[in-house]
Amino acid sequence: MKTWLWTALLTSAALAASLSLAAAEMVYNRGANGDPQSLDPHKTSTVEEANIIRDLFSGLVVHDAKADLMPGAAESWTISEDGKVYTFKLRKDGVWSDGSPVTAKDFVFSFRRVVDPATASEYAYIIEPIAGAKDITAGKAKPETMGVKAIDDLTLEITLNSSTPYFLELLTHQSAYGISEANVTKFGADWVKPGNMVSNGAFTLAEFTPNDKVRIVKNPKFYDAASVKLDVVNYLTAEDRSAAMKRFEAGELDSNNDFPTEQLTELKAKLGDQVRISPLLGTYYYIFKSQKEPWSNPKLRHAISKAIDRDYLAEKVWQNAMFPAYSMVPPGVAGYTTSTTDYAVAAQLDREDEAKKLFTELGISPEKPLKMELRFNTSDNHKNTAVAIQDMLKPFGFEVTLLNTDGKTHYSYLEQKGDFDVARAGWNADYKDPATFLDLGKTGAGNNYGEYSNKEYDDLLSAAASEADPAKRMALLSSAEAILMRDLPVMPLLYYSNHSIVSSKIKGFEDNVMDIHPSRFISKE
Amino acid sequence: MVKYVLRRLLTAIPTLFVVVTMSFFLMRLAPGGPFNQEKGLMPVIKANLERVYHLDEPLWKQYLYYLNNLAHGDLGPSYVLPDFTVAELFRVGLPVSMQLGFSALLLALTLGTFLGVIGALRQNKAADYAVITLATAGSTIPTFVIAPLIQIYFGLTLKWLPIAGWNNGAFLHQVGPVLTLSLPYVAIFARLMRGSMIEALRSNHIRTAKAMGLSDWSIIVRHAMRGALLPVVSFAGPAAAGLLTGSVVVETIFQLPGVGRYFIDAAINRDYTLVMGTVVLIAVFTILFNLIVDIIYGFIDPRVRYE
Repeated sequence: MKTWLWTALLTSAALAASLSLAAAEMVYNRGANGDPQSLDPHKTSTVEEANIIRDLFSGLVVHDAKADLMPGAAESWTISEDGKVYTFKLRKDGVWSDGSPVTAKDFVFSFRRVVDPATASEYAYIIEPIAGAKDITAGKAKPETMGVKAIDDLTLEITLNSSTPYFLELLTHQSAYGISEANVTKFGADWVKPGNMVSNGAFTLAEFTPNDKVRIVKNPKFYDAASVKLDVVNYLTAEDRSAAMKRFEAGELDSNNDFPTEQLTELKAKLGDQVRISPLLGTYYYIFKSQKEPWSNPKLRHAISKAIDRDYLAEKVWQNAMFPAYSMVPPGVAGYTTSTTDYAVAAQLDREDEAKKLFTELGISPEKPLKMELRFNTSDNHKNTAVAIQDMLKPFGFEVTLLNTDGKTHYSYLEQKGDFDVARAGWNADYKDPATFLDLGKTGAGNNYGEYSNKEYDDLLSAAASEADPAKRMALLSSAEAILMRDLPVMPLLYYSNHSIVSSKIKGFEDNVMDIHPSRFISKE
Repeated sequence: MVKYVLRRLLTAIPTLFVVVTMSFFLMRLAPGGPFNQEKGLMPVIKANLERVYHLDEPLWKQYLYYLNNLAHGDLGPSYVLPDFTVAELFRVGLPVSMQLGFSALLLALTLGTFLGVIGALRQNKAADYAVITLATAGSTIPTFVIAPLIQIYFGLTLKWLPIAGWNNGAFLHQVGPVLTLSLPYVAIFARLMRGSMIEALRSNHIRTAKAMGLSDWSIIVRHAMRGALLPVVSFAGPAAAGLLTGSVVVETIFQLPGVGRYFIDAAINRDYTLVMGTVVLIAVFTILFNLIVDIIYGFIDPRVRYE
């Protein structure tokens, strides 16, 4: 009797153990410092959304773990000699998560949807290089006139206005992802809801509770499902960074894409290599109102720039979570040489001496001070930066007043080309290309808040835009940046960094300048 | 009584109308709109967005649209969370906030009145000082200090509670938020109860009851407490409206999917419809709970009559 009981117990225990082993799912709890606003790839704009949508969908071309290009929904492509016509071959095994095939027609539908004014996609400009796109967004032409064509089920032809060497990079943006036409037709605006949405990426949407989490589960129908290791990824909103650190310590989060930089030293001591800081393609800069006296004088702008100790800003204000910047385009774009200001390598003391000389020439001194108003949007770090700069300029004879408004007010003021002396702004690259930064100085560009205008600069950008040879194009862009740094209508202060916290159990989370970490390459021990 | 309730509900309509109208126009005085951001939108794209949401039309027209929709029970789409309508956001968030708020209210009421009575009965003795100290601490230490302390002590040190997250309303996930939410109210209720109880114990009818030889229990519970509860009940109305509609601090620190965060987030994002939705929500709750309080009054205080 006893033996029988023991046998039964042991057998059931073994059975339970094997069952639980079989059921052990690999779950990645991924903290995100903000909530996604939308999961419709064509209606999104934030980094948080991009991260999730990248896991759900697979564009024609995608990024690998190092943010380098690799084939996605298209297995191959050819580019015409003039660089204007791209022909994509979609993969034969590409299916939506409901089993229906991913076709060229779905992509035609999707591209038209993005530029359709009725969609009001914020990032419609990503695919603006496609022929006709701009006019459609402006309501001047029908979406059907766009330069995208389904040659057959698996062949997609895209015609561009002009050769755009970074077009493949653009296609990695979620605005250029394909969605299932049948799915959108069936559910209308509700197609994005869990249960309705079909997708063609490594994961499918299981749950979206605002301010809580987005749960995505492995898509067994994904063309590369065999190499996807995670079963579930929970994107957990963790806006309170201090609370996120505690959740990380308690094991509730496996990673978080932000941490309180003011705690960097303690966090490093406690968590070691799990604290990660690496360069990002983003620039933190101040804008001068270029057409307004006295800021219209490049000499004055350079003198101010020289007087600002960027090492201090990076180390003391930002606790090394930012890097000193002397160029508009951050380093890290393959094939591009950044053009820095000529004092980038000088010692700060020498720079300050030069600044003093220039200010004397300009007649600015503590006895004859110059008033300067500095506008910035609400954030402790922006304020601390502005206060530090206020202090740095004071001994040279500057009376800096700080004007702090909330983000919406700040940017609407800048967009309406409101009057200011100096204003804070930041720019993170949507795609890995210098043009995304340099366009900020183009005459009439929406984000050219300081209204800088230089024909030589504009001409170089145009020449670069129509240059088919990538190396020559990069050289043209670099010369354009040299002009920008010579005139200094915008004053780069710092480069942004990725600062995330990643558990040592997480593998395949590779640092890169785009801060892109697709879950399909990640596993958990 | 039914007539009274109906009349109160009817007078709520003009109140709501005034609240909605004032908030609608005040909100538009703030510069910027839902589509201003660090990466400025191209003018064409911004115009498309504004057209889709009728933001390109004159303000009075937008106002009439809104009133018309509201009269039909439609709170509109959220501009910043386009996958959801305002009503959908509330449908997900309100049960969470209400569940937490209700538990916190219940805890605050029971613990608060209990402590208040103890304080009053042991006036100027050790127990009373303990109650006063707790009440002072509870109402002066802000929730954004208490919440992280609970997380560190009960979560990281003792490992009894999870740090944050909702986890579909699992019990342990609610403990920290409910404690944090209720503590300030425990303090206020205790103070109110202590004050009115001391007063009640000194009143004539209690002296009479004592003289008649009633038991202590009967005197305290049936005679003194009943009258002393009035200030607690009148404060419970606004407290309930506040607690049930969530707290931005608690929801952010404990990462909960409630509606409290929308009050702040929506205003910062200029998500006009969501701002209006939250205003309507709070107004309705406030009106409703004030009515409930007035009805409860009638049961506790025989001097109150509804005409």
